[in-house]
Amino acid sequence: MTHETPDDLLYTDSHEWIDDREDTLRIGITDFAQDELGDVVFVELPSEGDSLESGAACAVVESIKAVSDIYTPVSGTVTATNEAILDQPELLNTDPYGDGWLFEIDGQVPDDALDADDYCEQIE
Amino acid sequence: MNYQQATWTRETDTGEPVNEPLLSEKRTQTVTYDDVDLPDELVRDELTLPEPAEPEVARHYTRLSQMNYSVEHGPYPLGSCTMKYNPKFIEDVAALEDGAIHPDRPDEYAQGTLGILHGLQEYLAEIGGMETATLQPPAGAAGEFTGLLVARAYHQSNDEDDQRREVIVPASAHGTNFASAAMAGYDVVELPSDEDGRVPVDALEEAVGDSTAALMLTNPNTLGLFERDIADIADIVHDAGGLLYYDGANLNALLGRARPGDMGFDIMHYNVHKTFASPHGGGGPGAGPIGVVDELTEFLPDPHVRETEDGSFELYEPAESIGKVHGFYGNWLVLLKTYAYISRLGDGGLKDTSAMAVLNANYLASQIDLDITYGPFHHEFVASAGDVDAAEFAKGMLDEGVHPPTTKWPEIVDEALMTEPTEALSKEQLDVLAAAFTATNRKTSDELADAPTTTAAARIDQTSAARNPRLSWQDVGENDE
Repeated sequence: MTHETPDDLLYTDSHEWIDDREDTLRIGITDFAQDELGDVVFVELPSEGDSLESGAACAVVESIKAVSDIYTPVSGTVTATNEAILDQPELLNTDPYGDGWLFEIDGQVPDDALDADDYCEQIE
Repeated sequence: MNYQQATWTRETDTGEPVNEPLLSEKRTQTVTYDDVDLPDELVRDELTLPEPAEPEVARHYTRLSQMNYSVEHGPYPLGSCTMKYNPKFIEDVAALEDGAIHPDRPDEYAQGTLGILHGLQEYLAEIGGMETATLQPPAGAAGEFTGLLVARAYHQSNDEDDQRREVIVPASAHGTNFASAAMAGYDVVELPSDEDGRVPVDALEEAVGDSTAALMLTNPNTLGLFERDIADIADIVHDAGGLLYYDGANLNALLGRARPGDMGFDIMHYNVHKTFASPHGGGGPGAGPIGVVDELTEFLPDPHVRETEDGSFELYEPAESIGKVHGFYGNWLVLLKTYAYISRLGDGGLKDTSAMAVLNANYLASQIDLDITYGPFHHEFVASAGDVDAAEFAKGMLDEGVHPPTTKWPEIVDEALMTEPTEALSKEQLDVLAAAFTATNRKTSDELADAPTTTAAARIDQTSAARNPRLSWQDVGENDE
């Protein structure tokens, strides 16, 4: 099964994506991650203003199969969260790179972020 | 075994069959109120209540039971859940009028009740190798929570509560352990299993320290394996200043043969519905007593029962009690059933229970053709469904007239089928269960995808149930989203 992996995003080993096209970085989980998880039924998000250390568990995604921690790939302050997914967790499945984003954070892209090709290689 | 679950359906106006209706959908009566001393916004002018006649009620529940599957229908091998048949005499005992006393009755007029509660405290302490046991926690998980509050009170009494903030839990532990530790305010440290499925002693040594409040352990663990290094594990935890907590979920494997207290455990809970006899769950009252060693008895919940010098019994509040975790001395009738069961079995019967639990699991495992990586095991084993999704395998087993095992847990076995036949199955029933495994193993992936075909309900829409839970009765169509 092939998974969508947009070229203009960056990725992590733990299957988060980072969108660095705006001032703050937007974080979500990849198409591969949502497919592995199955139907998402519950999401817990960090709070706006939270100060996060890279690698810390900051959100929770619960599917009918498993409960998974989401690790922030970026250190910094949370500037926005996607409240819509609290009521509509299915957005993580239907639109993981769009309306299913998780939170925005004020910080630097990590050095070890992967580009789309490298990430694809990893999940193959 | 041929199996066809009953279905009770009726056709609606649209020709669509619907299951046995809810009582609220059968015969109802609307009552109205016009004079209620409550604020207007809290009052409904009218309320529709079910009003079926007795025969309708009796038939309704009988039909539902026919559309269901229970320990009274056949094998129910959910691993670690110990879904065994409960003998009916315990219900007779619980129905005796003498047992129906008000919990506020003064001690001197409740000597019989207090004597039984005290006797049960003693039985449980003896079985677990503990000093005494509190009967107050209303369920196993509540027992875990209570046990951790006791551990916390102990660390507080040593002025170490501020530093001892971590509870260590092996990865293969029951999910409730993690939840109970978190609810008691602790940080959970997860310990991965070693390659033979047990607690890795080296990693434990690394993990413990001044911040360790307790280690929670099930023995035998969820793989059915006895933690051989338990004496070393106890030393490591105790040397670090922590307490050792025993999860009693698998105590039926050890009854009368080994005691957690002798292994070095300080606190333990008893799942009376698994190890002894009282109905499983269902939202009704339960009991999850906890046993403690001598130095922790003063922290137990209030009230506790003790024997006075003149041989009578009284309730008292332990000196440094954590307070109450439930009303009075716990759920009396559940405790009475437990007492009756232990009394009926006696020492020999309890010892036979653990022998049968282990023998049954090992016989069953010898009769099924699935890979079982970890052993030698006691009362349960974890088979792998191999290339097949364990959940699909379980759906296939439903068509064979048995309940499937626990699936996909523990995670260290791929496509895990955690299987516990319990001590209550005869050899004939074990053969039925083994045949169900074998028949399912032969099914094609297409057949599994279509299963179950013999049950009243087929595949449940888990996603909708989780996303849009409907937790109270409402007319179909009402508040639909």
